[in-house]
Amino acid sequence: MKLSIERAALLKAVGQAQSVVERRNTIPILANVLIEAEGEGVSLRATDLDIEVVDRAPARVERPGATTVSAVTLHEIVRKLPDGALVQLSDDGAAGRLTVQAGRSTFHLATLPKEDFPVMASSEYATNFTVPAPVLRRLFDKSKFAISNEETRYYLNGVYMHVARGEGGPVLRCVATDGHRLARIDADLPAGAEAMPGVIVPRKTVGELRKLLEDDEAQIAVSVSETKVRFATPGITLTSKVIDGTFPDYSRVIPTANPRRLEVDAAEFARAVDRVATVSSERSRAVKMKLDEDRLVLSVNAPDTGAAEEELAVAYSDDVLEIGFNAKYLLEIASQVDRENAVFLFNSSGDPTLMREGNDTSAVYVVMPMRV
Amino acid sequence: MPALCRDCLARFDDAPPRGRCPTCRSPRLIAHPELFDLSVAHMDCDAFYASVEKHDRPELADRPVIIGGGRRGVVSTACYIARIRGVRSAMPMFRALALCPEAVVLKPRMDRYAEVSSQVRAMMEALTPAVEPLSLDEAFLDLSGTARLHRAPPAVLLAGLVRRMEAELGISGSIGLSHNKFLAKLASDLDKPRGFSVIGRAETLDFLAPRPVRLIWGVGEAGQEALERAGIRTFADLRRWSPEDLARRFGQMGERLHRLARGEDDRPVRPREMPKSISNETTFHEDTAERDLLEGHLWRLSEKCADRAKAKGLAGRTVTLRLKRADFRLITRRTTLSEPTQIADRIWRIARDLLDQARDPGPFRLIGVGISDLCGADAADRSGDLLDPQAARRAGAERAADAIRARFGPDAIVKGRSLR
Repeated sequence: MKLSIERAALLKAVGQAQSVVERRNTIPILANVLIEAEGEGVSLRATDLDIEVVDRAPARVERPGATTVSAVTLHEIVRKLPDGALVQLSDDGAAGRLTVQAGRSTFHLATLPKEDFPVMASSEYATNFTVPAPVLRRLFDKSKFAISNEETRYYLNGVYMHVARGEGGPVLRCVATDGHRLARIDADLPAGAEAMPGVIVPRKTVGELRKLLEDDEAQIAVSVSETKVRFATPGITLTSKVIDGTFPDYSRVIPTANPRRLEVDAAEFARAVDRVATVSSERSRAVKMKLDEDRLVLSVNAPDTGAAEEELAVAYSDDVLEIGFNAKYLLEIASQVDRENAVFLFNSSGDPTLMREGNDTSAVYVVMPMRV
Repeated sequence: MPALCRDCLARFDDAPPRGRCPTCRSPRLIAHPELFDLSVAHMDCDAFYASVEKHDRPELADRPVIIGGGRRGVVSTACYIARIRGVRSAMPMFRALALCPEAVVLKPRMDRYAEVSSQVRAMMEALTPAVEPLSLDEAFLDLSGTARLHRAPPAVLLAGLVRRMEAELGISGSIGLSHNKFLAKLASDLDKPRGFSVIGRAETLDFLAPRPVRLIWGVGEAGQEALERAGIRTFADLRRWSPEDLARRFGQMGERLHRLARGEDDRPVRPREMPKSISNETTFHEDTAERDLLEGHLWRLSEKCADRAKAKGLAGRTVTLRLKRADFRLITRRTTLSEPTQIADRIWRIARDLLDQARDPGPFRLIGVGISDLCGADAADRSGDLLDPQAARRAGAERAADAIRARFGPDAIVKGRSLR
């Protein structure tokens, strides 16, 4: 194998590959990236056995071939090369070395045989459809904060992507929850997605997927089977196993008839929550909200460290209500609001509270109150 | 010589004549040249468990009381009336009853003792933050630098402490006052019960010289024998040895012996730190793989764990399951929660999930549950679970059951699953 490639293109491709590679690895080949040169380009493939990413970049291929080298080392080298450099990769096969050359720098990297590299088995995808990148970005960006970290509830360690019935017809929906808060984000159902099986996309996959979605103009090809999901742009293909579990029936935890409505400027609200929470040293900072006739008083009382209070002008006309929340959860959901005011719907101080943006029901958040 | 009346806390620059307090006529005077200069103390309650029982049941006041576990058990504490008859701690119960057949034998009520103990601790902590409890009924106190705050030297504060314990809790204690922990502990034992002993700097060496080295903490029977073989019986014997010879003969212990022989001890009084974890485990009579049985054990262990956490006002953010397989291999599984808990039901459910996750069919010889990454209980179990709406109700039921047990005893209400 022998090829030359621009540093920028190689850096992008190997960057994506090395982020998939598991840092603490007991199987040496899994630390490597598979480099395959053929025709007009080169592809770099990395896997942790659950996720596989293939990145294609244009290159001048002098001699087709394939080999594997440490993804992290190659990434470090390319990163440190000067901008605009032309990088030459060549391997002699026999010596088990890959030579990386750019300008006056030369590196020889140990390789492992390409035959040892575990290529993820291809599977049949029952559902294939295309979504504009901004749509997927919104679906996952607005839901991923609610993904659970508790390994015992492994079926919550991802975003549940499925087809659901929204108010205006079928939608492509992403839901994530950790039991304390829940995010439910809807998008128009793309053509061809109607029969998609619901899948739980693991947290790590969501993180990797994000890198495919930066370009507003990109169209993402999505393929879904019962066990795998694939996201592809012309340059990158991300394939991932999905979490083998049943996502709980979230619909019954979303309150539908909470009577008390609060409307508040989300940014102002978030800043106030952040300020009062400062006095608490606990990891789970509790903020008390006291609502009364167009007035919201946020307060924190931490016996050991101090107390804080801030008043906000809001729209609220129901009975007096006192309710506590984890400050972090409030901040996270408030920061999802970007266009209109945040609307909170309460029932009582012990019941789940719903939050949405204005009257838009395509993104709703539920948060469980906290005793204060 | 400075003196102090332990009953009315009157202070004197010179001990009053005829050994009686001129103010209250009490004979309980304590005089010592260094009385108002010493600040490290050891407080030891007198026959603590028995005193608590006598206070709670005044009809027992004049009767010999033995606290201990059943006919086949041993004496845990004997009141001073029983001690006159020769009953001692750790004596088999049948022998104790042979010496004192009319004794009232009571099963220990540890919860109650812990409750009184924490009241005593609160009284001590009102005097100084440097309180190091050794057990329910004894503690070291360092009162250095508190004289200005309380406008009284440590000796007066300590006399006031035991006076308050007697008045408010009905239990007496003995005080040892000296210049370090080692000597303070020796002192508290000199004049029990209701004692107050002082070992000053000037007399330290003379005080120790004739005493047996077994008084040194950590010198048990074996250590005593080893010392005796070297011809060391008393502190005076010990003092004749050079530190090098002691180190050669007794290793690491040698250096400590050398310093203690001179009454030197620089260990600080350390308030007990928060525990790092709370865990309970049980070894089965027979290895088992039966899920039902394992879950029953898990429940009882989770409950114990939660009880201890609740008693200490703590909660844990991490739940750990420990399993020992029949081949002695240890399996540990843990998970971190988004919110700390002290609820047995939550600990149990998580432990059960961890048991699933272990994917090991057993059989096991041991199972254990623990919580760690501890914090105060006020941050615990505050938010409900969206996906398990019943969790809040179960937690509420558990708190209600706790309240019932606190009032009517530990067996007043139990969960069916604890009988598995």
